[in-house]
Amino acid sequence: MKWASIGDFIAMGGYGLYVWGAYLVTVAIIAAEIAFLVARHRAARKGSQDS
Amino acid sequence: MSSSINWFKYSSPPAFYPLAGLMAPWFLALAAVLTAAGFYIGFFVAPTDAQQGEAYRIIYIHVAAAWMSMFLYVMMAFWAGFGLAFNTRLSSMMASAIAPTGALMTFIALWTGSFWGKPTWGTWWVWDARLTSELILLFLYLGFISLQAAIDDPRRADKAGAVLALVGVVNVPIIYFSVQWWNTLHQGASVSLTKSPSMAATMLTGMLIFALALWMYSIAAVLMRVRSIILERERHSEWARKFTEAAP
Repeated sequence: MKWASIGDFIAMGGYGLYVWGAYLVTVAIIAAEIAFLVARHRAARKGSQDS
Repeated sequence: MSSSINWFKYSSPPAFYPLAGLMAPWFLALAAVLTAAGFYIGFFVAPTDAQQGEAYRIIYIHVAAAWMSMFLYVMMAFWAGFGLAFNTRLSSMMASAIAPTGALMTFIALWTGSFWGKPTWGTWWVWDARLTSELILLFLYLGFISLQAAIDDPRRADKAGAVLALVGVVNVPIIYFSVQWWNTLHQGASVSLTKSPSMAATMLTGMLIFALALWMYSIAAVLMRVRSIILERERHSEWARKFTEAAP
């Protein structure tokens, strides 16, 4: 294992803000897209019954 | 060659709708597995970079997203152009389904690049040729989406969007070759077919696995979105009614 501890892993050799700032935003964007896609499909199914 | 499968069958929305619904979860699962593998190799196996320390680990998501942003644009322009030329309605729906995911990949490439640029270049943003042309790519995606949203008739929206998408495709080679044509801040290609890799094998493996993961994710997202588009556009047809009543 190349990381001594969890804290060491989070710190990323002093670049934690940049590394996790990049990855967490990516994860948030993808999670949001999936949520939007599911909601849109649900609405599309309802919409085609109404009209 | 005699094949019992009629592939053209799936070019019609009523046949493609259930097929896409069947495939999307598998691509999503594949993306999740590949992400886990890429994360393990990229963060636990790959060594620390001699020059950049741990900051280089942004490369995995940055390069993968940048590749997808360009690839998805070409795919979007291809389907839009195909729909324009042959008037096949599913092709145009595919183009519309790709655009938002392409825009997100472009945004991720810019965002992660910014977070990489700050510790290594000392700046969040610079009007470098690579960065500027990638920003133009984001505007092309957003332009395509807004143009289609502004036109009420879907068939006319498809045609207008296709023209924009096809004109904008010229930007993709500009992005790709920008690091050779203009000698600015962004580094050259990370991976080349003609040169041996300039990075550790495990770093390269992690990057390629992340790229595959985003590829699988993009396919899943596009399939999910095209299903909604199909239903939204064909809600008045008999077959669509059947699908919406069958499942709650």
